[in-house]
Amino acid sequence: MSTVIDPKRPTPRRDPSVIGDALAQVGACGLFLLQLLASVPRSLRYFKETIRQVWFVGAMSLAIIMTCGLFVGMVLGLQLYYVLSIFGGTAALGTVVSLSLYRELGPVVTALLFAGRAGTSITAEIGLMRATDQLAAMEMMAVDPIAYVATPRFLAGIVAMPLLACVFNALGIFGAHFVGVSWLGLDNGTFWSNMTSSVDVWKDVVNGVWKSVAFGAVVALIAVFQGYTTPPTSEGVAYATTRTVVFSSIVVLALDFVMTAFLM
Amino acid sequence: MNQRRSYQIGTGLFILLGFGALAYLATQTTSVANFQQGPSYTLKARFTNVGQLKLRAPVKVAGVRIGSVQAIDLDAAKLDALVKLSVDKRYADLPDDSAAAIFTSGLLGDQYVAIQPGGSPDMLKDGDEFVLTQSSIQLEDLIGKFLVSGGPSKPADAGANDAAKPAEPKSDTDVKH
Repeated sequence: MSTVIDPKRPTPRRDPSVIGDALAQVGACGLFLLQLLASVPRSLRYFKETIRQVWFVGAMSLAIIMTCGLFVGMVLGLQLYYVLSIFGGTAALGTVVSLSLYRELGPVVTALLFAGRAGTSITAEIGLMRATDQLAAMEMMAVDPIAYVATPRFLAGIVAMPLLACVFNALGIFGAHFVGVSWLGLDNGTFWSNMTSSVDVWKDVVNGVWKSVAFGAVVALIAVFQGYTTPPTSEGVAYATTRTVVFSSIVVLALDFVMTAFLM
Repeated sequence: MNQRRSYQIGTGLFILLGFGALAYLATQTTSVANFQQGPSYTLKARFTNVGQLKLRAPVKVAGVRIGSVQAIDLDAAKLDALVKLSVDKRYADLPDDSAAAIFTSGLLGDQYVAIQPGGSPDMLKDGDEFVLTQSSIQLEDLIGKFLVSGGPSKPADAGANDAAKPAEPKSDTDVKH
């Protein structure tokens, strides 16, 4: 099996500048994405591995996602209650919380948590496989490491991210409901009826899901790419893990702006 | 083998939970939650101005939601707005001299159609039209009227000032004594 990216022979650096390095990284990442997509049919043979990865990056991230969703919803309830009370519009708390969660905070915060929880472990795992020559061993055994190791994790990220974002949103609504209704004494019916009257399924909920699908793909791609191309040393794995978090956070936030501008 | 099976069960539960959350968000927290109405019948009402009334805005009697706005069209012949209201079959007993009005919930809230029940023994049937309607109150009109009629030179306002003035010294003297 031929692999375009061989970490033992890094891409030739004609331009020693930082910009050239960054461009080479982006280009290599794009080529890697093409390789991943091309290997999707082959990786269907390892479907159970994909399921295992969904379990690993998705189900195992549930605890942190649920906890953070609950707290984000609760703090949103408190903060927005304070802001809305200035204008005498606390009745709109449910609307404001749900819209900000569905459209913005749910996908973005979940993606950042996902990069920290699942992205790093993907990078470290693949990076160690690289460092201990397991990937080379797979090639020796005629097992395509892209189809067996990289693509299942990439697909798992795409599948798991939107589901995690939905769980995050639901817990956030519960948290805001707890703070607003049980704690601050807002009327239960007002909270829900204002929410249901101004939140739209397609414009708000589904757009948020599309966002989180895109974020899942981006975070998983960066994590797999960084792990796959890490220098085969312990220091290299450490750097690759850091870069996964840094790059995926930046790309998620930038992509969020672009997608919001298009999906509004 | 056993461990692989537990992975798969865990993944299945996770996916179910995720889609369950999505279904909950989509059906319980959005406008879809307002659609779940059983059999309904249609009533019509004409307004000279519907204001910001939107499709699917609630129709209420005594503040209780009984249906929603189905369509808002302009009657090309009469040049007024023809609003079709879809009302739940459970509330089929609306007297035919009931009045329909467009109100705003709160100062900045959404507009809805309020039905004030009349006293007629005959009930409105499917496709009937409200005879009495009250259009949406335009805040701009109110402000304009207030500005025109509220000047200090107007006699009505002067009278109000006269009525207010004697009260002030009295209260002053009350305080002094």
